[in-house]
Amino acid sequence: MMQLLRPRATKDEALGRARVAWLMAVAACALAPHAEYLPPWLDAVALLLFIWRLAQWHLGWPGASRAVKILVVIACCAGVALSFGRLFGREPGVALLTLLLVLKLHELRSVRDGHTVVLLGYFMLLAAFLDSQEPAIAVLLFGSMVVITAALIALTGPPAAVGALLRRSAFMLLQATPFMLVLFVLFPRVPGPLWGLPVDAHGARSGLSDSMEPGSISQLSLSGEIAFRARFDGALPARRELYWRGPVLTDFDGRVWRQGASARQVGRALPGSLEGTRTAYEITLEPHGKPWLFALESVAALPADARITDDWQVVRRDVVRDRRRDRFESVTSARPGRDEWSGWLKAARQLPASGNPRARALAQSLRDQADSDAEVVAAALHLFRREPYVYTLTPPLLGSDAVDQFMFETRRGFCEHYAGAFVFLMRAAGVPARVVTGYLGGELNPVDNFIVVRQSEAHAWAEVWLAEEGWRRVDPTAAILPERVERGLAALPSSEPVPFAARLDAGWLRALRHRLDAANNAWNQWVLSYDQQKQRELLARMGMQQPDWQTLTAWMASLCAAFAIVLTLWALRRQRREDPLARAWRTFGKRMARTGLPREDWEGPLDYAARVARQRPELAGIADAAATLYAAARYGGADAATAARDIRTLTASLRRHRTRT
Amino acid sequence: MIPSTPRGLVDAASALILGKRDRLELALACMIAGGHLLIEDVPGTGKTTLAHVMARLFGLDFRRVQFTSDLLPADILGVSVFERDTGGFRFHPGPVFTQVLLADEVNRATPRTQSALLEAMEEHQVSVDGETRALPEPFFVIATQNPASQIGTFPLPESQLDRFTMRITMGYPDPAAERALLTGRDRRSLLADLAPVADAALLTRWRQQAASLHVADALIDYVQALIIHTRSSGHYRLGLSPRAGLALLAAARAHALIAGRAHVLPEDIQSVLPAVALHRLPLLEPAPAEDAARALIQAVPLPH
Repeated sequence: MMQLLRPRATKDEALGRARVAWLMAVAACALAPHAEYLPPWLDAVALLLFIWRLAQWHLGWPGASRAVKILVVIACCAGVALSFGRLFGREPGVALLTLLLVLKLHELRSVRDGHTVVLLGYFMLLAAFLDSQEPAIAVLLFGSMVVITAALIALTGPPAAVGALLRRSAFMLLQATPFMLVLFVLFPRVPGPLWGLPVDAHGARSGLSDSMEPGSISQLSLSGEIAFRARFDGALPARRELYWRGPVLTDFDGRVWRQGASARQVGRALPGSLEGTRTAYEITLEPHGKPWLFALESVAALPADARITDDWQVVRRDVVRDRRRDRFESVTSARPGRDEWSGWLKAARQLPASGNPRARALAQSLRDQADSDAEVVAAALHLFRREPYVYTLTPPLLGSDAVDQFMFETRRGFCEHYAGAFVFLMRAAGVPARVVTGYLGGELNPVDNFIVVRQSEAHAWAEVWLAEEGWRRVDPTAAILPERVERGLAALPSSEPVPFAARLDAGWLRALRHRLDAANNAWNQWVLSYDQQKQRELLARMGMQQPDWQTLTAWMASLCAAFAIVLTLWALRRQRREDPLARAWRTFGKRMARTGLPREDWEGPLDYAARVARQRPELAGIADAAATLYAAARYGGADAATAARDIRTLTASLRRHRTRT
Repeated sequence: MIPSTPRGLVDAASALILGKRDRLELALACMIAGGHLLIEDVPGTGKTTLAHVMARLFGLDFRRVQFTSDLLPADILGVSVFERDTGGFRFHPGPVFTQVLLADEVNRATPRTQSALLEAMEEHQVSVDGETRALPEPFFVIATQNPASQIGTFPLPESQLDRFTMRITMGYPDPAAERALLTGRDRRSLLADLAPVADAALLTRWRQQAASLHVADALIDYVQALIIHTRSSGHYRLGLSPRAGLALLAAARAHALIAGRAHVLPEDIQSVLPAVALHRLPLLEPAPAEDAARALIQAVPLPH
């Protein structure tokens, strides 16, 4: 065993210890962002292999033999195949590359192996963007890029200190930045998302669903995730008008509310011209894996690929897999549907044949006391306001006659309880009604003027049809707790488990969150969703109307060339700034190189003159004079300008000498 | 006759030690730089003669100690002996109390004895029985070691090697020098006839002159680049220490003085670099000293 662990300090001599250390840093930088997304066992294997390599480097532990490496590769390939169920595809691919990169560290025999590690490192950085495109990740990866590029310099260039290499690498990347920006802005975009890779497009995401039962929305309210962001062209509508319409639920089986036939009837034209002022806005919707979009009630203009259903919900043919940005126009004061088709009104009065008898009796009594549907609605709302109902995120569980139990026994519920119970009462009283789910309100970010709507703002309300005015929005929750509409979930008593983000009232923390959120949003808007449309907008603003790809390519080429010229001139200027003495001496060396005697960069002036004298005695006088001048001025404190001039004269005489011979 | 230049002293020494002018210059540079010298070579190449000649030419006290494995620190430093006449202890100074000490085959002694010597070299004083005694000025140690037979020796560790300003090898003489050696007079009698051509005061003056030589910023840049290279290139297990950097510059100054220049050139650095640096640079991969020296010099370009 001792024999096995004997330190072998000369192990890394092929590349040099410093370079091996750089390559290990490359692996660490390139693999760290992946750790979160890889199976834990693979993380552990990679970490162990890395530590083993580190121990070889630092403590001189023995390296892995060929057999061990082959065994590890076979075992890990089998493990990857078992974990992912396949060996090909993005995730298994990243897992295998991780393994290869760590194992390659155990096989650094030549500079070529080092290049392989660096290339793999760059690729793994790119692959990290497949998992996450957060701005923080982008910043982190830029740092990693500096390290990897420094390793590349260390691998090919002369030895240098760590700080110098990092500085040089950062400097080179800085020089590359203008090219990156030109290519990013001008490279012709194909329609479709840049990062649209088949990830977990169909995976579970939080958001509203196409059904509702007691508890489903209060669950959602616990999530601080962002549902979408909106920005209004003009002034912001009043907060109580910010009802973002989502799925409309018409069918009720006694417990669960579901979308009805009217939700599947799409393609109908917009309901003519809605009266009232139009509010124009733009919504950046986070992918939620469902086909619908969210818009303010009542929508008057739609994106091209969206349709409206018969119950005024905006839908697409396909589910929303990528973040998308749409423009809408809405008339918040309008109530469409005065001439609603009788079939849909019939569906909106449908109730199960039996169940919830007490609620039905109550509805009947409301009906009896009222002269019109509008009075029934008002009486029911009055009832909710008068009776001691409590608005809470943690309502008690309900049994089979859920509406009865809620209305007469527990009297504690969240918006879905109130909306559901209200619509039940209306239907039992013969008034057409349906449940509408969506989001209420949102938070204005004063930094970039976007309204941020989170999952915690999910809401359910009711809609009743009145012959005189069409569909009217009724929010029973507002009757229980009016502040819920005005202030959002923060209106709930502090004992409720409201998400932290929804509770933040004021102070620096809120300001900080706004700033972070604005940065995130700017990144989403300008980097991640920089598509063909956005490119056109930007270029139009810069005065390029509808450029074709040839124009873009020409622009790209000329801008890159311009940057290259600027950088070259700058580099030349730097060289020119070196002092005249050094330049004169360098020119002398260059001229001498033409005679076959170049000065080595480590060679002292007098040694060089002596070598010239040995090999080309006819040049000895000139070389000795120049070397003496240079040495005296550079190292002895003689006047540099004079020496430089004299050396230039000698250089010129060298030319005469050459032409003479 | 007292030569006014270090070059004259080298000339005088070359008359005795044939064909080794560069080694003599290095040895003299080491003395002017105020450092100690380690000579490493096989027996019979003139190590002892070199030490003897340098001491004689400066007219300095010279002692020689043959290091063996049973040599004790007291054998070098001295010992206090009780004297019945005075009724007290009297210190009998050891051979270290001299101006030039030749420590022959220093690697044969035990580490304990070696470290007693090395301490005296570093501090220019010895402490015996709690009393500190200064050594004479100037004080030089010229140590020799035989690299060929390492059996039963205690090689000096790197930390101790760092105390020697230079390590040089003698090498065999070239054919012409060898012939002159074989046909000429006996070295021992030549040595006996050798008259001092300088003295300690002159050495002190040379030392001051060397310290006042002009050293340009560009040269300091070069020394720094060399040091950084040894620390970061990955070719050496250990880089040059700050003490090594100071020794390099001092030796280069002395070398420039011997060459008769008023300023130090990169050539001076490069001339003393192998002797000053190589014994402090443990190579990861053993290579002949000449290759290692060339690799080090050629790896670092001269700064402008």
